[in-house]
Amino acid sequence: MIGRVQLPSPRPASGSVLRIPSLDRRQILKSGLALGAGLVMGLRLAPRAAAAEAAAGEGLNAFVRIAPDGTVTVLSKHIEFGQGTYTGLATVLAEELDADWSAVRVEAAPADAQRYANLFFGIQGTGGSTAMANSWGQMRTAGATARAMLVAAAAAEWEVDASEITVAAGIVRHAGSGREAGFGPLAERAAGIEPPAEVALKDPSEFTLIGREDLPRVDVPAKSRGEASFTFDFSVPEMLTAVVAHPPRFGAKVASFDDAAARKVPGVVQVVAVPQGVAVLAEGFWAARQGREALSVEWDESGAETRGSAEILAGFRQKTRQPGAEVRKDGDPEGALAGAAKVLEAEYEFPFLAHAPMEPLGCVVRVGDGEAEAWAGSQLQTVDQGTIAAILGLDPSKVRLHTLLAGGSFGRRATPTADIAAEAAAVAKAAGTARPVKLVWTREDDIRGGYYRPPYVHRLRAGLDAEGRLVAWHQRIVGPSIVTGTPFEAALVQNGIDSTSVEGASTLPYAIANLGVDLHTEPVGVPLLWWRSVGHTHTAYSTETFLDDIAREAGQDPVELRRALLAEHPRHLGVLELAAGKAGWGSPLPEGRTRGVAVHESFSSFVAQVVEVSVGKGGMPKVHRVVCAVDCGIAINPDNIRAQMEGGIGFGLGAALHDEILLEEGRVRESNFHDYRSLRIHEMPEVEVHIVASAEPPTGVGEPGVPPIAPAVANAWATLTGESVRRLPFRRALQERS
Amino acid sequence: MKVTIDVNGETRELEAEAGTPLLWVLRESLGLTGTKFGCGVAQCGACTVHLDGRPVRSCVMPVESVGDRRVTTIEGLSGDVADAVRTSWEEIQVPQCGYCQSGQVMTTIALLSRDRSPDDDAIDGALAGNICRCATYPRIRRAVHGAAGRLKGGRG
Ligand code: FES
Ligand code: FES
Repeated sequence: MIGRVQLPSPRPASGSVLRIPSLDRRQILKSGLALGAGLVMGLRLAPRAAAAEAAAGEGLNAFVRIAPDGTVTVLSKHIEFGQGTYTGLATVLAEELDADWSAVRVEAAPADAQRYANLFFGIQGTGGSTAMANSWGQMRTAGATARAMLVAAAAAEWEVDASEITVAAGIVRHAGSGREAGFGPLAERAAGIEPPAEVALKDPSEFTLIGREDLPRVDVPAKSRGEASFTFDFSVPEMLTAVVAHPPRFGAKVASFDDAAARKVPGVVQVVAVPQGVAVLAEGFWAARQGREALSVEWDESGAETRGSAEILAGFRQKTRQPGAEVRKDGDPEGALAGAAKVLEAEYEFPFLAHAPMEPLGCVVRVGDGEAEAWAGSQLQTVDQGTIAAILGLDPSKVRLHTLLAGGSFGRRATPTADIAAEAAAVAKAAGTARPVKLVWTREDDIRGGYYRPPYVHRLRAGLDAEGRLVAWHQRIVGPSIVTGTPFEAALVQNGIDSTSVEGASTLPYAIANLGVDLHTEPVGVPLLWWRSVGHTHTAYSTETFLDDIAREAGQDPVELRRALLAEHPRHLGVLELAAGKAGWGSPLPEGRTRGVAVHESFSSFVAQVVEVSVGKGGMPKVHRVVCAVDCGIAINPDNIRAQMEGGIGFGLGAALHDEILLEEGRVRESNFHDYRSLRIHEMPEVEVHIVASAEPPTGVGEPGVPPIAPAVANAWATLTGESVRRLPFRRALQERS
Repeated sequence: MKVTIDVNGETRELEAEAGTPLLWVLRESLGLTGTKFGCGVAQCGACTVHLDGRPVRSCVMPVESVGDRRVTTIEGLSGDVADAVRTSWEEIQVPQCGYCQSGQVMTTIALLSRDRSPDDDAIDGALAGNICRCATYPRIRRAVHGAAGRLKGGRG
């Protein structure tokens, strides 16, 4: 997902050229509730196209429609890929609308850069765990505004004073006259009423849906019965299925190809060259795949990345000895290190990682006459829309993009290049067919297709004084930039520093008088991308394990040391104390088990985890239990917060234990789940989640559960075995040691 | 090639190239898209269906090798075990993205059909071949126990 967007973000102007508006996330967060009020104005009615595609019902504003039978349809501008956003956004709107929860449905909003922009990005898109944070005020205002319109409609119909009308659980009532009605009969009249310029929002003490423990997710029944439909399941009449033969090395191009055998495969309809490779279009997946197997392609690899992971990392390691671009400097870190009684030093290595969402990537495109339509699990909708439009030579308004449920993403569906939408559009264009085209990626395409979490090398140094106090800290990060050269560069790269490379290190909360962070940005010829929790995937690991090394050196308890260094950070401290307390930090454990702790803030949410670890099969860590504490502001749906922490922990743990994408002479070694191993059920620890009660505006939970798990496990492992693991994944680190 | 297979209690006759995996016949020829594609190499379990009640990976099973065995997909489930599993799945709120869940549910039903009170090790053993990238594993475990409890009449 997208890194902390605290700075202006791109907005598509025409084609793929992006322009930057000036939205500041911190200002937006500060302005809180007032925000939605201004922005929802002028959005009252959906334009014709959207209204026509919508099911029956009156649009009271851009986010809610009410049908004659009282069904309340909430339009989600954010994609649902497992994080629970459909349920969360609908809860917030329904809360202020005083809707009957059982009548609430959720639908994906159509792609629209104006009405459905992420207020932190300026484009429509989901990432950086911002869906709730940017929508909170907007969805509350949308709900309250719609409620006021229903009340006004009832007042007019019943000829009573609006101030005497109450609304609860989907029923509008006037006690004096004894009249009442559901939303359905009032909807048409309400839609014709001018929305109020200002609406009062509830005091949190009045919430009946927000914070409820028993509010089920809207998507769970269909997903439990195999009825949920994803891009892979989507079809339109006459549709062809396409797979593309991609080059074996990044940056290579098609030199020539022979498709004679491929065309003989029954069901294969067409073979065409596209900028991404050679596409085989067929009547179905299997024929397309068999056709691709039968292709022979010569690749021009003159511009390709031919280095292996080992060479790339060796290059990074050399840079750790030279000063990089300054990211943060408090006090005099070098001076303090030089004067320290004891200096600790450690170097860390992190591999390329693939996202491997459970549903492989895909996109359906239908090219019509002067217009087009696309269906996909689109995470940056208006970037995908603009890219398809540019490839097809259309205005973005002529491309209707439908966001479908996605089987996971973890950031992969949010490419600034709109790679999947672009490939689908390129195939449809090259084929020149009136038949709709469904592009699908196999798992091999996915694992080998790039857009990885980049590799990094970190070097950390710490200075202790004669009493063992931490007086100096310096962190050097070496790695490529994710956003340089993309439309996100202007927003996320300042003075040559890509904030997604250093977040978590640059924001280290510990009270250390002399603290420095610097960065070497080293390009690699591989498509790179944010991966669930972005920079925090590596910075939380190095900072939190290094701090434990320091605690050991100083003879201090790791929780005690953190407590002392976090005195000025109450929210970090709050989750640390909660997790440590619930985990029984310091109490005896069964023989052969130790505890480890880590605390980290990401995307304005605070998470601490305490793990219990023993030596498991094959000498690998076995994680028995995780106690997790999270502070994400007001808890909209506590059960979903727990689910996201559980999921983040399992996702992060699987990668830390097993996963890496290894380049060998530029070729990706891994290809599928047998060698890009995911966490499996027998490796999943028991997870216990505790939520800090908070009145702060809600922040995200999709990513923040990930960063602490790997360092917490490494810290327990170091206590257990005396071994500090400084290279991920564990599997490789432990293999190379033995 | 003409193939005749029994899917969800109906005899279906269809055309397919020899070697086509059952998965694609179900999804594309019969429109039964509840069975998912996740890896194509019997590594993830997303494509799990039942053959005579036993779980198999339909992505690596050539359609002609099905023979006269009964194929059951998630669309064709019925009976007390299926009901208990679906109810428990909803009660525990298992799914996140949902994409792996058909496979998880199919494997669980096959497990509970032969072992009505599996312990955690039995659950882990049966489900180790079903990847969930969203890591809904703790809830899957709870939901399997919940369904087992229902079947014993202990709950619901
Ligand atoms: S798709 Fe069959 S096991 Fe993965
Ligand atoms: S629920 Fe997403 S992969 Fe299992």
